[in-house]
Parts: sequence; structure tokens; C-alpha cells
Amino acid sequence: MLQVKNLHASINDKEILKGINLEIKAGEVHAIMGPNGSGKSTLSAVIAGKEEYEVTEGSVLLNNEDLEDFAPEERAHKGIFLSFQYPIEIPGVTVTNFIKTAINSTRKAKGLEDLPAKEMLKLIREKADLLEIDRKFLSRSLNEGFSGGEKKRNEIFQMAMLEPKLAILDETDSGLDIDALKVVANGVNKLKSKDNAVLVITHYQRLLDYIVPDFVHVLHNGKIVKSGGKELALELEEKGYDWLK
Amino acid sequence: MNKFTEDDLKKELETKEYEYGFYTDIEADKFPIGLNEDVVIAISRKKNEPEWMTEWRLEAFKVWKEMKEPEWANVRYEKPKFQEISYYSAPIQKPKLDSLDQVDPELLKTFEKLGISIDEQKRLSNVAVDIVIDSVSVATTFKKTLNEKGIIFCPISEAIQEHPELVRKHLGTIVPTTDNFYAALNSAVFSDGSFCYIPKGVTCPMELSTYFRINEGGTGQFERTLVIADEGSFVSYLEGCTAPARDENQLHAAVVELIALDNAEIKYSTVQNWFPGDKEGKGGVFNFVTKRGLCEKNAKISWTQVETGSAVTWKYPSCVLKGDNSVGEFYSIAVTNNFQQADTGTKMIHLGKNTKSTIISKGVSAGKSQNSYRGLVQIGPRAHNARNFSQCDSLLMGDQCGAHTFPYIEVKNKSAQIEHEATTSKIGEDQLFYCNQRGIDTEKAIALIVNGFSKEVLNKLPMEFAVEAQKLLEISLEGSVG
Ligand SMILES: Nc1ncnc2c1ncn2[C@@H]1O[C@H](COP(=O)(O)OP(=O)(O)OP(=O)(O)O)[C@@H](O)[C@H]1O
Ligand SMILES: [Mg+2]
Repeated sequence: MLQVKNLHASINDKEILKGINLEIKAGEVHAIMGPNGSGKSTLSAVIAGKEEYEVTEGSVLLNNEDLEDFAPEERAHKGIFLSFQYPIEIPGVTVTNFIKTAINSTRKAKGLEDLPAKEMLKLIREKADLLEIDRKFLSRSLNEGFSGGEKKRNEIFQMAMLEPKLAILDETDSGLDIDALKVVANGVNKLKSKDNAVLVITHYQRLLDYIVPDFVHVLHNGKIVKSGGKELALELEEKGYDWLK
Repeated sequence: MNKFTEDDLKKELETKEYEYGFYTDIEADKFPIGLNEDVVIAISRKKNEPEWMTEWRLEAFKVWKEMKEPEWANVRYEKPKFQEISYYSAPIQKPKLDSLDQVDPELLKTFEKLGISIDEQKRLSNVAVDIVIDSVSVATTFKKTLNEKGIIFCPISEAIQEHPELVRKHLGTIVPTTDNFYAALNSAVFSDGSFCYIPKGVTCPMELSTYFRINEGGTGQFERTLVIADEGSFVSYLEGCTAPARDENQLHAAVVELIALDNAEIKYSTVQNWFPGDKEGKGGVFNFVTKRGLCEKNAKISWTQVETGSAVTWKYPSCVLKGDNSVGEFYSIAVTNNFQQADTGTKMIHLGKNTKSTIISKGVSAGKSQNSYRGLVQIGPRAHNARNFSQCDSLLMGDQCGAHTFPYIEVKNKSAQIEHEATTSKIGEDQLFYCNQRGIDTEKAIALIVNGFSKEVLNKLPMEFAVEAQKLLEISLEGSVG
């Protein structure tokens, strides 16, 4: 599904990603771990098409199609979803209105009519229930004054609504209490199928107890320095990153 | 905004008043250019006005001659040449077109985006429409309902003929002819406008919209509006239209006077979308408006405005809170793009005890535009326990536009409580990327962010206006990011 080939990317002439190779097949769950500042969020932003980053070498392919010429919204229409490490506030725009706009924009790109209000409401309720989100919460301004955990839960709610092909979860676990972590992980697992894939970025083994990865990669200084199965996460938890440097 | 669907909006627009066809006496002639006493007298004669009205205009003209055009506003423009304007042009009939194919495609595109029905599009661009009969009946029903309640709603020229005592008693009492340069000019030469009287204790059963006014001759260059809400009455008044108003008249100087007697309430909503000039800043309307309302005891006046048009706007809807416990409100969104300039705000004059005012002003600037808020909160010596809350928020797009805030506060009573908050924000790359990542393109993302920013004001608009206004914001910011 996703192929990252020798990807180099820089911002303000500073190279952050220094030749990343990664292949994720449909139905798989991959985890990326690595110390602060190693380039994990950068990698997810580059896959999502953030324009500030310049890809200097290599490529990103989704279902064998090079993404280079596609704008972020077009990549989203193709099924890439990024759960932000730091979700952005949009004052005055309700959670409902935002997701409605997102869904209908995606539908429009696919040549579909707007989802009728009734069905939209039904879908919103269903997904809010899945993530145990209170209805009242849906009429609040997007991310404005949300607690850290609420922001993350809301990201996964949006993911559940959009049903992406490839979901990248950038530290979705940070800020979540133990109960919330279970709810969110459960939400992610429910959406998993043989046709989609998940890339989780995390610092903690804990999340991987719930969302069990097929592969774990260690990113260090803009490169993947080690890959393995789920037991690699346990080993990292125990030993830290020093032994890999 | 959830109850009112677009279908409802379309339906409503379809049944709206059809202006043309009611006109019988369309003047093709214009007065020679220039302004002097004879012209003022001739305007008055043409309208068959009583002697006192002619005198009133002449008085205003005398005052105007001695006045200078104000220069304190934060706007730059080439001053209109007042002796090169023709001051009386009866509604000139634009050439009738046979089909929409003959209409400027740009205009049609805008209509479409606003969701204006085909029939309405035809009406607005002067294409012959065949639904007249239906419209006549709607307008008639409308008139009948108002008549039954004793409500007067008619062109001000008609009111001068039919209700001279009311007009004479109130005209110019809120905005005196001497008030300012443009108000004086308007008083001398105003062409027409609306008059509205709500009798004691009557709640006007529908939104009064200029749409429904029969025999209206296009929006004049110098409009005059007078709204009187007698004791204990209520009225909601809508002015303007979201459809782009193209006009050859460069200068517009309207005056609006509102009078809310004891326990009365007036809600006055405006959507202003005059031609703002092109992308290079050429053309466009100068809009110099004086709007003021007087509140007697326990009365309330709310001004709500969405301003997206005009090349230069100079406008300060104000409230004089004369009666004890009276309330004044001002909710405004002003959007400027390209080379537009807006200097707008409000004045809240607290004279009575326990008077309260709220000011929410939202400015959105894009392109190379300049957007200024100018507000005065004045607390008189007898205004015990007066309260004001002001909030001015500016949203900037790009780094070539400007937002400015000029709050003036004058307090002559120590018991006053005044709060002022101001914020300036920018639409951030991160906000846009977040929206993009969810599949929302940048243009739509900006519309979403701007609508969110303007929400407190949009929520104050009557439902049907709010839906249109939202779309209007979207359209006026098109092309504001590269
Ligand atoms: N706009 C920028 N300008 C300069 N340097 C940047 C910019 N954005 C990111 N960086 C740098 O790129 C490096 C990688 O950042 P990134 O956010 O990808 O790390 P991360 O692995 O996600 O870290 P964390 O675990 O703390 O979230 C950091 O050293 C960071 O300072
Ligand atoms: Mg990160």
C-alpha cells in the first residue's frame, strides 16, 4: 500500500529525513519508535504532503502511485489520514461542522453528492458512540480548550468518520489516561481490516499492547536504524535507544 | 443555522417581490450635473413635496455648503467631485434582456455560488421574468398583514405625502442635517428610501425587508431611512441584499434614523455588498453612511452588519441610550480584500441610568486591504451604573493587509464599568494544513475559518440572512491566497 523509497526531506535547508525506506502492505500495522527529534513527525508530515518540507531525494508511493504532485487534500482524498501529535484549534468551528465539511469535501472529490444531513448525523452518532464521545462535545469549537486527551480522542473520531486507507497516528497515546487509551485503541482496532493499514508512532510499549504491530521500526537521526517484530518494542522499553546508536 | 435549509432559502427567494412591472412612470431624464439651490428645489418639486420639506432640504444644503469633507478616517481615496455629479436621476430602466445568456458570466457565477434561484437571477440582472402574477399576490398578502396591524412600511417619498405629521416630527431628529458632511448632503438631495412605523404594543409579525417594498426605484445614491418603533413595539428590519450590487454611482451617502420609544425594540440588520472595485482596485463604490438610533426608557436597538462590498466604507451605526435601562448593541463583520478600505465601528452614547451596550466587531482583511475599527463609548455624567463590553477581533490573511483598532472611551461617571478586549490573529499555515489533511481544500478551509471567526455575529442575523451571509463571506475572500 505505502512505499517510502530512500526518502530525503529537509526544512529551511536543514536535512531531517536522511534516506528512509519503508513498506507497508494492506492489512498490516507498523510502529515507529525513536528518540525525540529523530524525525517521526516529519516523516508523517511529508507523507501527508505538508508543503514546508522539501523532498530532495526519493519518493513516497501510495498503491504504486507517486504522491509527489499531489496536494495534501488530494492525498487525503486518496485515503491518507494523519492523527496529529498536536491537533490544531479552529475557533468557532464546531467538531460536527468540521467533520461534515471534511466528509463532503472528500465525497465531492470522488464525484459524490453531499451526504444527506440525516445520514451524516447518524454516522456522527455511531462513531461518537464507538469512541465514547459525549454528544455535547460535538458542538464545541474544534480543539479549542480541549484537554490533551480530548484532542487525541477527537482525532480518532475523525479517523473513524473518514475511514482512511492508511492511518498515521502520531503519538496518539500521549495525553490519554488508561481508560481513554483502551477506548481509542479499541476504536482503531475496530476499523482495521485487510484492506487498510496503520502506522503508529509512539514512545511507549503500552499502546502496542492494545494495537499490536506486525513490525516495529526504530527511527534515529532521520534513518531507520532497526526493524523487527513486536518484541523489539519490549526490548526498547527495557534498554532504551543508546545501544542502537 | 440548522433549521433553515438551502431549499427553504431558494423557495423564499423565488417568492420574493418582483420589482419591475409596478413602475409606470420611469423617467429617463437626468438633471444637469452640479448642485445649487435650484437643483435642491427641483428635486423637491419633482417629488411633489410639501413646502416644509423643501425648506428642510434647503436648510440642509446651506449647512452643507459651509462644511468640509471629513479627513480623519483611516482611508485614502480621491474625493468625489461634488459639482460633477447629477443629483437627480429617476430610476433609469436598464436594457431588458431576453435571456440569461446575455448577462455577464462573472455575475452569473456569483449568483450560482450564492444559490440564487434562476428566476431571482433573472430579476437581479434585469431579464424578463414570467412569474409576476405570483409575486404580486405575495406582495399584496404581505401588505395586508401589515395593514391589519397598523404598521406603515413604504417608500419615504410616499410617507411624506401620506403621513406628513409623522415624518415631519421625526425626520432629522436623530441625525440632524448639521451632523456631518455626508448627512447634510443626504438631507439636501436624498432621492428616496424607506419609512416604517410600528404602532404601540405591536410586534411586527415578519422581518421587514426592502425586498418587499413595492414601487422601489432601485437603491438610490442618497437613501434615507426612518424607522419608528412606538412604545412597547418590536420590529426586525433587513436592509440590503447579498447579490452583488453593481452601480454606476460612485458615491453613496445614506442616512438611517431609528427611534425606539419606551420599551420598544428595533433589530436592524444589514448586508452590504456594493461593488468593491476590481482586483487592481479600480472602480468600486464609496459608501459614506450615517446610521444612528435613539433609545428611550427600557428600549433596545441592535445593529448587525455584514460588510463585504464597497471600495471605501465609512460607517458607524450608533446608539444614543437616552432612556434609563436602555440597551444598545452592535455586531459587525467587515471583510476587506484586494484594495478595499473600511473604517467602521460604532458609537455608544450612554446618557440614562443603568444603560448597557455591547460591541462585537470582527474584521477580516486580505489582499492589500485596510480594515479599521473605530469606536466611541461615552458615559455621560448622569449615566449611573452604565456598562459596556467591547470586543474587537481582527483576522489577517497574508502580510500585505492591515487591521487597525481605534477605541475611544470617555467616562464622566465613576460608577461606569467598561471592558474592552481586542485580539489579532492570522490564519496560520498549520490551520490550513490541518484542514487540507482532512480533505478540505484551502479556499474552503479559509471560508470555514472565517465563518468560525465571525460566528458570534452571524448568529445574530435572522436565519435567511445568515445563510446567505455565510456564502457571501466565502465569495468575497476568493482568490485571497495564492
Ligand atoms: N520548521 C523547522 N525548522 C527547523 N527545524 C525543524 C523544523 N521542524 C522540525 N525541525 C527539526 O526536525 C527534527 C525532527 O523533528 P520531528 O518533529 O520530526 O521529531 P519527532 O521524532 O517527531 O520528535 P518527538 O518525539 O519529540 O515528537 C527536530 O530536530 C526538529 O527540531
Ligand atoms: Mg513528533
